[in-house]
Amino acid sequence: MGGRLGFIAQRLVKAVFVILGIIVLNFLLIRLAPGDPALVLAGEAGAADPKFLDDLRREFGLDQPVWRQLLIYMQGILSFDLGFSYRQKQPILDLILARLPQTILLTGTALAFAIVAGVSLGAMAARHVGTWWDSAITTLALLVYAMPQFWLGLMLVLLFSVQLGWLPTFGSNTINSGFTGLDHALDVGRHLILPSLTLGLFFMAVYARLTRASMLEVADLDFVRTGRAKGLAEGRIQRSYILRNALLPVVTYAGLQAGYLVGGSILIETVFAWPGIGRLAFEAVLVRDYNLLLGIFIIASVLVIAFNLLTDLIYTIVDPRIELGA
Amino acid sequence: MRDFLRRFARNKGALIGAAVLALVVALALLAPFLFPEDPWDIAGPPFRRPGEMGFLLGTDTLGRDVAAGIAHGARVTLLLSLVSTAVALSIGVVLGAIAGYHGGWVDDLVMRFTEFFQTIPNFILLVVLVAIFTPSITSIVVAIGIVSWPPLARIVRGEFLTLRSREFVQAAEVLGQGSARIIFGEILPNALSPVIVSASLMVATAVLLESALSFLGLGDPNLMSWGYMIGASRTVIRQAWWISCFPGIAIALTVLALNLVGEGLSDALNPRLARKRGA
Repeated sequence: MGGRLGFIAQRLVKAVFVILGIIVLNFLLIRLAPGDPALVLAGEAGAADPKFLDDLRREFGLDQPVWRQLLIYMQGILSFDLGFSYRQKQPILDLILARLPQTILLTGTALAFAIVAGVSLGAMAARHVGTWWDSAITTLALLVYAMPQFWLGLMLVLLFSVQLGWLPTFGSNTINSGFTGLDHALDVGRHLILPSLTLGLFFMAVYARLTRASMLEVADLDFVRTGRAKGLAEGRIQRSYILRNALLPVVTYAGLQAGYLVGGSILIETVFAWPGIGRLAFEAVLVRDYNLLLGIFIIASVLVIAFNLLTDLIYTIVDPRIELGA
Repeated sequence: MRDFLRRFARNKGALIGAAVLALVVALALLAPFLFPEDPWDIAGPPFRRPGEMGFLLGTDTLGRDVAAGIAHGARVTLLLSLVSTAVALSIGVVLGAIAGYHGGWVDDLVMRFTEFFQTIPNFILLVVLVAIFTPSITSIVVAIGIVSWPPLARIVRGEFLTLRSREFVQAAEVLGQGSARIIFGEILPNALSPVIVSASLMVATAVLLESALSFLGLGDPNLMSWGYMIGASRTVIRQAWWISCFPGIAIALTVLALNLVGEGLSDALNPRLARKRGA
């Protein structure tokens, strides 16, 4: 048990360093951007207000040596102060926190769908390797893997909303519907289907390919042959022998993909007008609110790091053999 | 070389991919002859359906020719993706080579740096970079390079770790060659095949990243690109599906072709691995 705690402590220390690295990177970006750093921090709207610019210069110590500026910047962020959005007239952290639950709902649903569908399809392809099923699944994965997510989203809207009229096109709930309780949840659920499907399909393709390859590799190992020699049922061999062991790379990969998932939410939330931090990032780009954009970058990174820690934990549960110190 | 071509040609997917890719490259090269007018120019009335009035793929919200946009967009997308892959290649190969060749604390340092770039959400970093440094060909190409190099650095490092203890490297060291010469002259040529494979897959990713940027309005404002066409017409998708549908097909086909070619290269360069995979 001490090994597991040590492992987690080690990961936590690493996470802290990554967060510090991101703060330094942000600081460098503000400094390296063309023009006055105060203008970058103020964004297009704030740059017109000389008093706001003066306040920013004082707050970030822009008349002091660079290393002091870095310290001031770090102190600010580590005390959860991401600055103020002049455009939206609100502290940046409040803006992001108000939108964050929507992004977590969207990416979480997409990830769950991607893992369940991807692993099932991959397992099916591996079990029937070389057959018509295998080719169909492999081809589907290749096609989905090549499509730009934002375009796939638009095409799904065209099919399911415009042509068939089954699902809503945009937003996270029906405006002025007055739904409460279960009705509200069902309404949000209907709005959630297309965006999470679009975001999840790409990762489904990734997991399907990974599960298939990994299962084929495990299927050649000795303990599988032993299981067959003992006369175990094929279904049991596939599930408890092959799939369980083949899932390890899938878990590892899910952790690594978290960043792509959150990044993809910028595109998907823009297509579906889903009110999360991805849509907020797009709005920040439109009005050149750089400080808000950098704030979203920091929070999204923290989200990804937290998710990585979680997959590390799951990893220690799925595979108790792991030498945790290594 | 002949063996390699034979193995590549045996892979049906790779052949189809190579053919589609050749078509896209031909379209890009011939764009100025097929559609001599500027793709930004208004060519006819807006919202013409595909086939109407001689517009094969229809016209957009302002009356620009969608087919001309796709042909000229092919040039932009291919060129930007190739150059940004070259940027990623130079960063990834140099860092991976240094880490794998020197080992020890240098390796640790470079790998921590690589992991850092792999952890942070790279598409958001890409958007931040291009937005802050204002969208232009240079900022787009450099930014895509900056977010794409880490996997390559890992691969090159791995190759260098195994190759560095081989006899031919030891011989070069005994002969007193400098480390730059050993890295680039002796080891790198022997580590090229995985680099080629991942470079071809990276071009595919770069096409997707470039399209996504211009979809968000972060493309170079002077260049017609597939992502821009989709982004500019997404609000009229109810009235005019064709304006956003065709550029998306172009992106998907190009990416699919590059992925198929990449897999074909991988199988042809590592025949043993391919047989094991049952391909």
